[in-house]
Amino acid sequence: MVQGTHPAPQRTTPATPASVRATVEPRLASAQQPVPQASVVREQVTGAQSIVRSLEEAGVDVVFGIPGGAILPTYDPLMDSKKLRHILVRHEQGAGHAASGYAHATGRVGVCMATSGPGATNLVTPIADANMDSIPMVAITGQVGASLIGTDAFQEADIVGITLPITKHNFLVTDPAQIPRVIAEAFHIASTGRPGPVLVDIAKSAMVTDTTFSWPQELDLPGYHPVVKPHAKQIREAARLLATARRPVLYIGGGAIRSGASAELRQLVDASGAAAVTTLMARGALPDSHPQHLGMPGMHGTVAAVAALQKADLVVSLGARFDDRVTGKLSSFAPNATIVHADIDPAEIGKNRAVDVPIVGDLREVIADLLPELAREHTQHGRPDLGAWWSELDKLRETFPLGYDEPSDGHLAPQHVISRIGDISGPDSIFVAGVGQHQMWASQFIRYERPNSWLNSGGLGTMGFAVPAAMGAKVGEPDRTVWAIDGDGCFQMTNQELATCAINEIPIKVAVINNSSLGMVRQWQTLFYESRYSNTDLHTGHGTRRIPDFVKLADAYGCVGLRCETKADVDATIKRAMEINDQPVVVDFTVSRDSMVWPMVPSGVSNDDILYARGITPAWDRED
Amino acid sequence: MTRHTLSVLVENKPGVLTRVAGLFARRSFNIHSLAVGPTEREEISRITVVVDVAELPLEQVTKQLNKLINVIKIVELEDSASVQRELLLVKVRAEAAQRTHVLEVVQLFRAHVVDVVPDTVTIEATGGPDKLAALLAALEPFGVREIVQSGTVAIGRGSRSITDRALERVNRSA
Repeated sequence: MVQGTHPAPQRTTPATPASVRATVEPRLASAQQPVPQASVVREQVTGAQSIVRSLEEAGVDVVFGIPGGAILPTYDPLMDSKKLRHILVRHEQGAGHAASGYAHATGRVGVCMATSGPGATNLVTPIADANMDSIPMVAITGQVGASLIGTDAFQEADIVGITLPITKHNFLVTDPAQIPRVIAEAFHIASTGRPGPVLVDIAKSAMVTDTTFSWPQELDLPGYHPVVKPHAKQIREAARLLATARRPVLYIGGGAIRSGASAELRQLVDASGAAAVTTLMARGALPDSHPQHLGMPGMHGTVAAVAALQKADLVVSLGARFDDRVTGKLSSFAPNATIVHADIDPAEIGKNRAVDVPIVGDLREVIADLLPELAREHTQHGRPDLGAWWSELDKLRETFPLGYDEPSDGHLAPQHVISRIGDISGPDSIFVAGVGQHQMWASQFIRYERPNSWLNSGGLGTMGFAVPAAMGAKVGEPDRTVWAIDGDGCFQMTNQELATCAINEIPIKVAVINNSSLGMVRQWQTLFYESRYSNTDLHTGHGTRRIPDFVKLADAYGCVGLRCETKADVDATIKRAMEINDQPVVVDFTVSRDSMVWPMVPSGVSNDDILYARGITPAWDRED
Repeated sequence: MTRHTLSVLVENKPGVLTRVAGLFARRSFNIHSLAVGPTEREEISRITVVVDVAELPLEQVTKQLNKLINVIKIVELEDSASVQRELLLVKVRAEAAQRTHVLEVVQLFRAHVVDVVPDTVTIEATGGPDKLAALLAALEPFGVREIVQSGTVAIGRGSRSITDRALERVNRSA
C-alpha cells in the first residue's frame, strides 16, 4: 500500500503563523480608546500574507489548488498556515470540482486556488458548473503584476472578463489594502442569497507589497440585499391554495438542499398531504421512503412524478427553476395548474413559467412561515379530501414503477450494480455522479434518505465531475463513505485526481459503470439516429482491448483496483470495496452497453408523451 | 415590442459597464441606446439604457440587472413622466449660396452652429429622437457629411430624485 507522505495537518491549531509579523495596533491596546470589538486584528503583512490571513479569518479550513508563477507569493505563507490545509491537485479543474464537492456535501463555502492564465482558465468549467447549481465557492487566482495587465504578458488571461457571465460576482484586486475586504465580500456573496461562485483575481504585484491586514472587515456592497424573509400576504395566499387544491404537488428543487430546509419541508409534506417530487438537484431533500414522495420529475423521472405535475391543479415550486429537463415542452407543462413559486432569486420567478403566487425568500423561512398559515387554514376550513388524487397517483405508481430489464447480452445490468451500491453502502453515504446514463440511474436506483448525500452536476452537465467532487466531499465529511458513481467516459476526463486522493489519504470509492461507450449519447443514437454509433465507442469494456485497463490504472495511481463482470460477484465486490478505508478504491463494473435509461421524455416533447420504455407510453389520459 | 428607458444607478467602479452591457447581450436583449455618466455622488454612476422588449422580458431584464452586485437601483422612466434627450453633432455642406438656408433650419430647430469653415458648418442639437430625426431630414438636401449622436439620457419630471432614494437604501444597509 502506498503510504501518504503528506498527512493531513491537524485542523484545530489556533496559533498565529510564525511568519506573520503580528503587531497589535497601539491605539487599540490603549485603555483610553474605546475598543469596539476585542477581536479586531491589525497586522503589518505582505499582500500574500494578507490573502492567507483573510482566508483563515473567513473560516476556511481546506483549499484545493495548484501553484504557479503569479500565485507563487501566496503559496509561501500558505505553507506556514496552521489553519489552512492546502490540497495539491493534479489539474485546476479538479480543484474547482473538489471545492464544489466540499461545499455541496458540507454546506460551507468551497475554496480553490490557481495561478494566472492557464491555471485560471482551467477553473472556468467548475466555476460555470457551480454557477448553474448554485454552489457557494470562492476561487482565488493569481494575476500578472498590475503594470503588466493588458500587455499580453506571459500567462496573462483576463479571467475576470472570462468569468463575468459564469460567476455570481468577481473582483480584480491590484491594491493590497483591499485584499481583506474583497475576500470578506467574496465569502459573503458566495454564501448568502442564492449561493454561487465568486472569483477573486489578485495581481502578483499586490501580493508582494507590504500592507495592513485587519479583520473583521466592513463590507461595502450597496447593491447587494438578498431578500430572505418572505412576504406575509403571499404566504397566506399560498397556504390558502394549498389547503383548497384537490390535486396539489410540491415541486421540490435544489434550493431545499442549499437552504437546509429538509426538516421544515418534511413537516410541510406531512401537513399538506400533497404529492411531492424531488428534482435531480433535490434528491435527498425529502426521504425517498416518505409515502408521499413520487420520485424525480423530468426527462428521466418516474411516470408518477411526471404525471402528477401534468395533472396537478396546484404546483408549489420550492427552490426549483422550471428547467427544460423538468418541464419538457414548456407550453404543455402542468397545463391546469395554478403556480406558486418560492425562490431566493427573484429572477427565477416568472422566467420560464408564468406564476400566480410569487414568493421571494429563503426556502427554510418560506416553509417555516407557511406551516402555521396552513394549519390555520386547516382549522378554519378543514383539511382537503385528497383521496381521489392519491388513488389515481397510487395506481400510476403501481402500474409504472421504476425498473429495468436484464440485458439480453448476458452482461451486468448497470441499474443492479448501482442499486446494490446504494443498499450496501447505506443512506448516510455520499454518492457523487458524473454526467450521463450512470448519473440518471444513480438518481433513480439509490434511495436517498437525507440531504447532502447526492452530489451531481445538474445544470451544466459536466462530465468528469464525479472523482474530484467526491474527493472534495470526502475531505469535508471524512467520516462518511463517499462513492463516486462514474461512467467510463467521465472517469477518463478527471481520474488524475486519484493521485491526489492516494497521496493525501482521501479514501474515496469509485464505481466505474463501464459500458465501454459514451452511454447516454449512444442511447440517443439508438433512439434517434437509427443506431448509427458515431464516435461513442470507448473500447474499455469486456471483449475490447481495455484501453485503459481501469484496474491497472487504479494500481498505477496507488489505489486498489477491482473488477466485477458477473451478477454473482456484485455484492461481494462492493463489500470488499467497503472494507478498504485506508486508500482509494476503483471498481471496474463492466456492464451491458445496451441498457437504456427509462422512463424518458425525449427533448422538446411534451411530458404527456413520456415513454415508460421503448415504444410504451403510459397514456394516462386515455384511462380517465 | 415596445421601447423602454431604464435608468440604472451603479457603483462607480471599473468594469461595471461591461457587466451591464454583457448581461444584455447574454440574455439576448437588444440595446437601442446606452449612455453612461457621473451623478451628483462621486461613488455612483448612472446608465441610461433604451431597450426594445415586450413587457414580460422587460421584467426579466430588470431582475437580471438587479442581480448584478454593482447595480444599486433600476427605475423605468415613462415617456410622459420624464424628459429624454439626445445630443447630435452634424456636419453639413454649406457653401456661401446655401449657408443662409442652412442657418434658417438651425434657427427653426433651436440648434447651434459650433464650427464654420468656408464649405461646411457643424451643428449641435439636443432633443428627443423625433426632433433630431426631423432636423436631419431638413438638413439632408444640403448634404450631410458626418453624424455623431449620443445615447438617450433621461430624468424624471418633478422634485424627487432617484439617487436620493437609492442612497437612503445604501445608508440603511451600511
